[in-house]
Amino acid sequence: MNLFSFTTFFAQTGKDLGKYAGDIAGKWNSGDYEGGLFFAGFIKWLLSTTEVNSAIPFAGTVNGLMTSLSADGSIFPELGALLITIGVVFGFVNVFAIGAVWSERKVSAHMQCRLGPMEVGPHGLLQTVADGLKLLTKEDIIPRLADKPLFALAPAIVFAGVLMRFVPLPFGDKLIASDLDLGLFFVAAVGAVEVLGVIMAGWASNNKWSLFGTIRTATQMVSYEIPIGIAFVTVILCCGSFSLMEIVNQQGGMLEEFKTTNPCQGWIWHWHLFRNPFMPILAIVYFIASLAECKRAPFDLPEAESELVSGFHTEYTGMRFALFFLAEYAAMYLVAAVAVVIFLGGWWSGIYYLDVVGMGEEDGFLVKTAGVLIKVGVFLSKAFALVFVQMWIRWTLPRIRLDQMMYVCWKVLLPISLLCFVGSCLWELVSGGASVFGFGIVVK
Amino acid sequence: MNEAKIRTEEMLLNMGPQHPSTHGVFRVVVRTDGELVLESESHIGYLHRCFEKCAEGNNYLQVVPYTDRMDYLCAMMNNWGYAAAVEKLAGIEVPERAEYIRVIVAELNRVASHLLAFGTYGLDIGAITPFLYAFRDRERILKIFEKLCGQRLNYSYVRVGGVTFDMTEEILADIEAFCDYFDPKILDEYDNLLSYNGIFISRTANVGVIPAELAISYGVTGPSLRGSGVQRDLRRDAPYGIYDRLEFDVPVGSGEMGQLGDCWDRYMVRMREMRESIRLVRQAVKDIPEGPFCDKKAYRAVKPKAGEVYKRVEGARGEVGFYIVSDGTNIPYRVKARAPSFCNISILDKLTSLSDVMIADLVAIIGSLDIVLGEVDR
Repeated sequence: MNLFSFTTFFAQTGKDLGKYAGDIAGKWNSGDYEGGLFFAGFIKWLLSTTEVNSAIPFAGTVNGLMTSLSADGSIFPELGALLITIGVVFGFVNVFAIGAVWSERKVSAHMQCRLGPMEVGPHGLLQTVADGLKLLTKEDIIPRLADKPLFALAPAIVFAGVLMRFVPLPFGDKLIASDLDLGLFFVAAVGAVEVLGVIMAGWASNNKWSLFGTIRTATQMVSYEIPIGIAFVTVILCCGSFSLMEIVNQQGGMLEEFKTTNPCQGWIWHWHLFRNPFMPILAIVYFIASLAECKRAPFDLPEAESELVSGFHTEYTGMRFALFFLAEYAAMYLVAAVAVVIFLGGWWSGIYYLDVVGMGEEDGFLVKTAGVLIKVGVFLSKAFALVFVQMWIRWTLPRIRLDQMMYVCWKVLLPISLLCFVGSCLWELVSGGASVFGFGIVVK
Repeated sequence: MNEAKIRTEEMLLNMGPQHPSTHGVFRVVVRTDGELVLESESHIGYLHRCFEKCAEGNNYLQVVPYTDRMDYLCAMMNNWGYAAAVEKLAGIEVPERAEYIRVIVAELNRVASHLLAFGTYGLDIGAITPFLYAFRDRERILKIFEKLCGQRLNYSYVRVGGVTFDMTEEILADIEAFCDYFDPKILDEYDNLLSYNGIFISRTANVGVIPAELAISYGVTGPSLRGSGVQRDLRRDAPYGIYDRLEFDVPVGSGEMGQLGDCWDRYMVRMREMRESIRLVRQAVKDIPEGPFCDKKAYRAVKPKAGEVYKRVEGARGEVGFYIVSDGTNIPYRVKARAPSFCNISILDKLTSLSDVMIADLVAIIGSLDIVLGEVDR
């Protein structure tokens, strides 16, 4: 039965999408479909970026692993690496979302003197799987007065918007879907696609509550992108690179030029968090803004259940609803991982002796594998720790109001982040580049 | 873009009867300009069960269970209000022990009711955890009531002439244990978690301000009135039962966090009342005398002389009043109930027109008035 519904869902969705695509194309050609123009522009832009990227070899996950193990990246043909990369990233997002939903329920339960899910599997581990299956078997309802093409497309856009942001995101040393030159810019830019999907969902639902949720989302996500952007810009300015790999590498203190100038190799104070006195403040600003960016409490206004019933996804059922849900949890991991990359040293554990495992030229296969695993483990644990903090905050704080949300963004976070930006600039100027919190000046 | 060219439109939004924050089947039609509420119109009556008409068809003792279903969150006070009215009408003397038991159960029920108000108010503001904390502690009270009368919500425990069952030593010990357990909770957990949380204060202070004169003119009573700084509590101002022998304070709003009479003040009055209730329970448990728990004759049947009576008690939401007309039979000729929630909610439309209220504020105001729809509609 489940399998049957699953297949029918996808068959139906495929058919629907085909029909809607035709619909859109018709309207688009006749010029009444304004929404389509964006997609045209977006797809063009996307194509142009891939063209630029084709210069860089697809350092796919497996490819990257191979590169790090054998120093020869050409074992798999590019297409195979690409498919595997997509599979790994997609699989990771899904598995993470399943795990995160479960842990969110457990975390909240233990904070609230409850047990949480206990029935399905040991300690309810399979509860999310069961819920997912239930959502698959649910009827896919599209309200009669909804704008059907937009309604059907919105969850996919939201999910794709989040998933695309995983492209330049590393999971460990050289484990990255594609090391884009403009990685951080890509993360920030593609983030806007998710907003679009949310707006589409709310508008297409033809429901006043959804509309409220939509407007809130638009104001919130667009506003909070600015402090996030300034945090990005500051980090980019300090590193001189947009690439997430490069940003992380610099925090390891392992680069050749550092080795000669800086006696403290690969320790925790190489993290950007400690690069200058403004960085910790900026990290907090980024974290707060990222909570708003992925619509987590206390910024969960778009889906404020006590005010708007469920916000923009009120009218969604079954798998379409599940996609919104997946996207939310994927975004949680994403903003945490980006924070880890730009502030918390990426896969560097901050302990020199741990970080150098597998880094040597003459290390054997096993040591290299251990090194890769340690780095992946360190990266994921940092990201998960931040995700836990997100959950912790959600189950502790009340929700702020719309005007207060705008106030926090424009009158608190933005000035602070701008100050930190200017301060970091000056600090870099004075200390001359590779400065380390406290140590930079001493060393110089 | 030229701002004048953007066409804006006011929107009619139907909030309820199925809405998470209307605390039941309550409907508000709001005219909104974006997030701003311009005007609201309350609609009630979805839970009307003809209490007053039903009361005309049952004898005096049979009406008691109907009163449970009015304000189902503090049924003891409704029972008490009705029983006290009938006792006054029929001239029934309530045994001393029953009066003490009534104070104990009523105050415990007040704590349970305020706990629910606290928890759901947290939910309205968006904090989910306080709700679970409140339910954890409310559960202890319900367990005690279950032990006492076999019911968790609709007790029918306070009856004409006394109470239904005697209170055992074991239950008294339970109650004392609860008081010891609960007293520090308010300060340690609730105030830390919610009351003095910055976001919570910013959401509730200066929101939904009810000036004292306005509150009085709308007949607002209970914590909602005291939140506006009006010192009025029937337990002290028109003592019934044994309240005149017990020591307690009447907490009123002070405008600590914003203007006097805002949502935070109303909320805080409830938090402080819980502490006073625990104080009352402790005193009553300490002094409870031995003796019968109900007037023997009234336990079986009541037949007052022709006449009329109005009796009021301080419920968890305000003044619970019963006006009863007797024609000398064992069936009341007419019963009229004054439900505090009904009067309190009537001020909502005025509040939304008084100041700039956002949708989130509307939810906060409804929550701070702490209505029970079973009582609004009866």
